[in-house]
Amino acid sequence: MTPAAAAEERIRQDLLRPLSGAGAGYCAAAAFCALIVAAGAVAWGLQIDRGMVVTGLARPVYWGFYIVNFVFWIGISHAGTLISAILRLTDAGWRKPVTRAAEAITLFALMIGGMFPLIHLGRVWLFYWLLPYPNERLLWPNFRSPLVWDMTAILTYLAGSFLYLYLPLIPDFALLAKRTTGLRSKICGLLSLGWSGADYQWHALERANKLMAVIILAIAVSVHSVVAFDFSMSLAPMWHSTIFAPYFVAGAIFSGIGALVVVMAAIRKFLRLENYLRPVHFDNLGKLLLLMSVVWLYFTASEHLTVWYGNNPLEMNVFQAREHGGFGLASVLMVVCNFAIPFVLLGIRKLRTIPTIVFSGFSVLAGMWLERFLIVLPTLANPPLRAAAGTYLPSAVELVITAATFASMALLYLLFVKAVPIIAVWEYEHEADG
Amino acid sequence: MTEKKHPQWAMAIDLDRCTGCEGCVVACHAENNVPLTSPDEAERGRMKHWIRIDRYYEGTFPDIRVKYRPVMCQQCDDAPCEPVCPVYATYQNEEGLNVQVYNRCVGTRYCANNCPYTVRYFNYEDPFWPEPLELQHNPDVSIRPGGVMEKCTFCLQRIQRGKLESKEENRELADGDIQPACVQGCPAEAMAFGDIADPESKVSRWAGSGRSTQLLDELGTKPRVFYLEKGA
Repeated sequence: MTPAAAAEERIRQDLLRPLSGAGAGYCAAAAFCALIVAAGAVAWGLQIDRGMVVTGLARPVYWGFYIVNFVFWIGISHAGTLISAILRLTDAGWRKPVTRAAEAITLFALMIGGMFPLIHLGRVWLFYWLLPYPNERLLWPNFRSPLVWDMTAILTYLAGSFLYLYLPLIPDFALLAKRTTGLRSKICGLLSLGWSGADYQWHALERANKLMAVIILAIAVSVHSVVAFDFSMSLAPMWHSTIFAPYFVAGAIFSGIGALVVVMAAIRKFLRLENYLRPVHFDNLGKLLLLMSVVWLYFTASEHLTVWYGNNPLEMNVFQAREHGGFGLASVLMVVCNFAIPFVLLGIRKLRTIPTIVFSGFSVLAGMWLERFLIVLPTLANPPLRAAAGTYLPSAVELVITAATFASMALLYLLFVKAVPIIAVWEYEHEADG
Repeated sequence: MTEKKHPQWAMAIDLDRCTGCEGCVVACHAENNVPLTSPDEAERGRMKHWIRIDRYYEGTFPDIRVKYRPVMCQQCDDAPCEPVCPVYATYQNEEGLNVQVYNRCVGTRYCANNCPYTVRYFNYEDPFWPEPLELQHNPDVSIRPGGVMEKCTFCLQRIQRGKLESKEENRELADGDIQPACVQGCPAEAMAFGDIADPESKVSRWAGSGRSTQLLDELGTKPRVFYLEKGA
């Protein structure tokens, strides 16, 4: 065996090792997550049975945690595809161990986020009325409604990011088919779509990957713009804002990178991939996170400055609600989590280590969830007519379902790392060749 | 507004006459089968009143003046609730009414968020009436199931009945023939309802008064309810 072949074999063994066997820790983690997901399913069942009365929603706050979670998870979904697409298009060599982990976040976050518009519906069993399906009464959905745009955008993104995750998996499925036995080998063989590693196949794959990267970039930007339109197309004070589309896209990339560093740290530690996910990868993502933190502050500042300076009474009503009481506390926490912590920890080179980068990732996730919360709630609780003002406290059902979404993310990821190599083996081999 | 088909329904409310007695609220509940809410749920803000009395307090104690404002669906000509509904469950009909199609509503609640007047009410669960109130349902008005949005219709069923009766009797619909329950029930006679396209109607005369205002008209929703108020 030549040294190059030996190195290749070692890489394959390292990257394929996590796929076989499951330790007690893995099983316990998976069972724990599955339990929470099951609790979420029961809570949703209860809500369908009894109605939205089991939530904390009350006039005038008609949207609560569900919509906050929806925007948050759709934001997380930008981790992946967007980052991996940019890195693929700019041909950044360090991207290779990162892309698949990121693309998987996208797909799972979209699946989770996409559930919320359904969970939140008053009559979920009629959700298909939003789809433009042919029917004998010639009824169409209302194409003027941002919710219909939303559904279109999310389903497009879901299909696109599935393809974008699947295409680079094809050579790895072929490899897995060769190196596994039984049913698993058969399934991987089917999924590899007859991949033989011929030159023309590599060519086609490379072209398809590049093309999908371009397409997915455009879709990702449009998806979160459309999510922003759910708010900015309305007449409600501090929702009706032209800055929302780019603000949401920037926030989505920001929280996406936060999610990515957290997930990567977990993979690195638990799958013992320290030689592959090296400090340089975290350092580069840390710099990206720092950049997005500053961009986020810029957007947040200009959004608030214009409202405050304009001094429109209806908007100031909401603005002041965001600065006082519980919302005020959340606002301070949001700025600390999204700016102060990452700016200090990532901005000072000496402090930028893997633990602080991961901590910043967690902090940004919390901060961005609070940001979505502060966009949705204060506006609804303070409608234009002051006599109609109200409050909102989430119910146990909403909290359980919220917890279940985080557990589903963890569970899907746990299953995913057992199903396929989380680092693209062939991409890594190519790097080792070069 | 006047170029459209007759009649064009509108309402005018004289706030200087309103005593805040909430007779209109009770009349509306009885007429439109508006569900009752348990005290617990009501405290959380889940009560449903298609017409409600907003109270505003002016001055400081002991020189306090209370201002009452009955608020119901303003039947806007440019209604913000309409375009956002993904399934066309709410739209403006030819007579200027903003109608809600309960059967079509899937419960996104987007319309309610986008209503600056907060006059849309959501059924958090299937409606119930404590005994014996379920025996006094109005057979002309459908019961709305849980998960569906509802709101003031300007008593669509009374408009329909008025039109049918005038047709049967072979006469034109006269001003005042049709009265929504709130207008009929107002002891202070502070409310007027009719065809705003007819310049002679009571509602047109009231709407043309120097005291006439519209709620949040700076938002451009073109509401169909006019509030008469001194110093406006």
